[in-house]
Amino acid sequence: MILRTLLISTIVGLAAISSANAAGGKAEKLEHQHWHFAGPFGTFDKDALQRGFQVYETVCSSCHGLEMLSFRNLGQKGGPFYLASCPAGVAEGVDCSNPNDNPVVKAIAANYKFQITDGPDDTGDMFQRPAVPSDPFPNPFANDAIARLANNNALPPDLSLMAKARHGGPDYIYSLLVGYRDTPSTVDVAPGQYYNPYFHGDMSQALKPEYIDEEGHAREGIEVPLGGVLAMAPPLQDGMIEYADGSPQTVEQYSKDVSEFLMWAAEPKMEARKSLGIMTLVYLVILAFLLYWSNRKNWSNLKK
Amino acid sequence: MSHPSTYNPSTGFEKWLDKRLPIVRMGADFMDFPTPNNLNYWWTFGGILTVCLVVQILTGVILAMHYTPHTDMAFASVEHIMRDVNYGWLMRYVHANGASMFFIAVYIHMFRGIYYGSYKAPREVVWMLGVVIYLLMMATAFMGYVLPWGQMSYWGATVITNLFSAIPLVGEDIRTLLWGGFSVDNPTLNRFFSLHYLLPFAIFGVVMLHIWGFHTSGNNNPSGIEIKDVKKDTVPFHPYYTVKDGFAIVVFLILFAAFVFFNPNALGHADNYIEANPLSTPASIVPEWYYLPFYAILRAITFDIGPISSKLGGVIAMFGSILILFVLPWLDTSKVRSMRYRPVARMWFFLFVISCIALGYLGGKPAEGTYVMFAQIFTAYYFGFFLIILPLLGIMETPKPLPRSISESVLKKTGSSAPSGSQPAPAE
Amino acid sequence: MSTADLNEDSEHTRRDFIHIFGAATAAVGAGAVVWPLVSQMNPDASVLALSTKDVDLSAVSEGQAIKVMWQGKPVFIRHRTAEEIEEASATSVSALKDPIARNDNLNGSEPATDENIVTGENGEARPQWLILVGVCTHLGCIPLGTTSGENRGEFNGWFCPCHGSHYDLAGRIRKGPAPENLLVPPYQFTTDSVVKIG
Repeated sequence: MILRTLLISTIVGLAAISSANAAGGKAEKLEHQHWHFAGPFGTFDKDALQRGFQVYETVCSSCHGLEMLSFRNLGQKGGPFYLASCPAGVAEGVDCSNPNDNPVVKAIAANYKFQITDGPDDTGDMFQRPAVPSDPFPNPFANDAIARLANNNALPPDLSLMAKARHGGPDYIYSLLVGYRDTPSTVDVAPGQYYNPYFHGDMSQALKPEYIDEEGHAREGIEVPLGGVLAMAPPLQDGMIEYADGSPQTVEQYSKDVSEFLMWAAEPKMEARKSLGIMTLVYLVILAFLLYWSNRKNWSNLKK
Repeated sequence: MSHPSTYNPSTGFEKWLDKRLPIVRMGADFMDFPTPNNLNYWWTFGGILTVCLVVQILTGVILAMHYTPHTDMAFASVEHIMRDVNYGWLMRYVHANGASMFFIAVYIHMFRGIYYGSYKAPREVVWMLGVVIYLLMMATAFMGYVLPWGQMSYWGATVITNLFSAIPLVGEDIRTLLWGGFSVDNPTLNRFFSLHYLLPFAIFGVVMLHIWGFHTSGNNNPSGIEIKDVKKDTVPFHPYYTVKDGFAIVVFLILFAAFVFFNPNALGHADNYIEANPLSTPASIVPEWYYLPFYAILRAITFDIGPISSKLGGVIAMFGSILILFVLPWLDTSKVRSMRYRPVARMWFFLFVISCIALGYLGGKPAEGTYVMFAQIFTAYYFGFFLIILPLLGIMETPKPLPRSISESVLKKTGSSAPSGSQPAPAE
Repeated sequence: MSTADLNEDSEHTRRDFIHIFGAATAAVGAGAVVWPLVSQMNPDASVLALSTKDVDLSAVSEGQAIKVMWQGKPVFIRHRTAEEIEEASATSVSALKDPIARNDNLNGSEPATDENIVTGENGEARPQWLILVGVCTHLGCIPLGTTSGENRGEFNGWFCPCHGSHYDLAGRIRKGPAPENLLVPPYQFTTDSVVKIG
């Protein structure tokens, strides 16, 4: 009895610790979305992934890399442009379910806004060539130094794992993208910096001098704004990307789609994981029942 | 092994082999081992831990086939495993969550050992080998966590290796020796990979000794009474405990699978999906949950004790909190093993478990304000339980009357002749 | 036999059944676990993505040969002269140790005529280009003869120094221990000077 209570309190304790980890920082509470991929049976919404990739390609990719992904990933099973069979017009004998031969992926790679730096060629020079499916997504900047130079000394992070590298993951990305607000009147923000209540920072450092007392704390009655400042200007505006499927062309929809796409980019094997998980759990539960009975029989035999 | 062998080689080949390498006899005797017939489900964690070790070794060997231990490539090679390698995501998630499962099981196993007095004569060596296994597990898990080369890997490694610099006189040199350089860097990653691969086999070896130990002394059991009559008090290990352990293992695997398949990153830290950056420390460095109680003890020592600085004091307290387990068999002076018959000790034990959980909670909190004070109180209780309460209780408390034998304890408990093992729920 | 005995018997059967069924189910699970543990060793997605290679042949003049890497193996590409083509076509299949054209672009049973060896994926033969996987069919060494000045063997093609296999100007085994002709990889000319191998 006592030990059972202990086990329960251990679990409660662990839960408390994990929620303690999730908190921390003084940012606005995230806006939780209903994600198509949520829950044990959740899958990615292929249309949303395609739109999300469109948002990434049109807007994000100018500054943010996706270096853990290759173009071929777009056409793999579960990816945004996976094809079970070839569309009309593709030569016979081509297996479009092979991401390396997927015509959509080939076209995306060949027309991508950045080319691949390859080489050296026979004269010893590096050269530019269009990407093929096996190439990783080219980074927008040749190196971190150039990236900082172009971005007001801030380094735009790679987005391959962004949906797993922040607490709240896709909810965080969504909240950040839709969450830009006017700078509160109590703080000074340097030029090239933008206020966002969802970004982790410390706004008490940005309070205007008249709101700070002698000890450097906020004066009584002055609330320190939540969130922080970042070097990324609000990247999305209503109507800036043309959706072919008639979905609303709003910042909210763009943000939601690109968040879903980045979740896929961070965890492309999620669908395989969940479906294998269901089968594994069903098997284990059946086996548990069988062994439970087997065990009971053993001990009741002993009784006789 | 301590019981007479019942193996009878039947075929000519078995007889031939038995004279030269009695390996079949060893297996048969293992299966036939007379085991107390009143073991409850808390006793299944030994088998569960064996499964954990095998799972970790198997998946670990496979991950090593695809992983690159170099600071430039380690992070990307882990992502390569997650994205490109066939079932690589499965191997990695099983391995990463397997570490947590391993520690859940080992903590339950250790609390069980303390509650039922499994460390008392003649099982002191079994207990101490267990503590050795636990120490090896901690070292292995720590080095394994460094390998993905994320931010938590890097900064965790930096903080933990810096602990050694607290040692007077030679501390700095030891730290440099561990690093193989002047900070955590490629040489550190390489040696951690090598040792992370090696230590599990050392654990395997000590596990063998651990099992050999209790096959010599015999299992402890919930009543804490030694076997009086092999016929009345014991059953052969197989099939009674193979199937019972098997059932418990499968139930444990359900929990394991729930994490691996449906929440594989719940026990990890988001910052470890950011590649290590020696120029920027994450906002809060939190070790894996299974180290949190010791992390809390480390940070609880905020004051100098005479010539000992608070830094050194914290390190001594942290290592002391584990090393004290080695002398536990001699700290507990009670003649009664099982706390079933020690109502007062049971209450203190209960408090001890709560303080361990509380320390775990506090280890995940920032070291400021009341958190530090509570950590100090629970740390004091942690050491007080071993150094004051257990030695005194053995002299002062009056235990409940003990049953004369295991079979009598079973009869008393269930009111029939059914052994407690047939109860589906934990017997305690 | 009384009814009670019968009941006892069926009781026993059921009892055994649950043990056997439990053990069998556990065994099936153990078997299923083996699959991912073994299959992880197969080529991963990034390896499979690199299974083709484009080679620009415009710089390879007549009489020259080059070596390129494809799937971690050397591929020999020889720009044959008219005399070399003639010499290779003149060899009768009956004189060969291995009479089959080991060409991945064909069905696998065609005779080892010169024409069958220089045929690409789309059935088009370009006799001036001889494309072969440069791995000796004996025990996997790399035959000499691609770089100028190397020993080309008694049949003017390639010579494997490991155990003395001689290949002719169509990569056919003529003398020595190798059992089969050199393998022709899947290839296709995408332009007149660019060939896609794989």
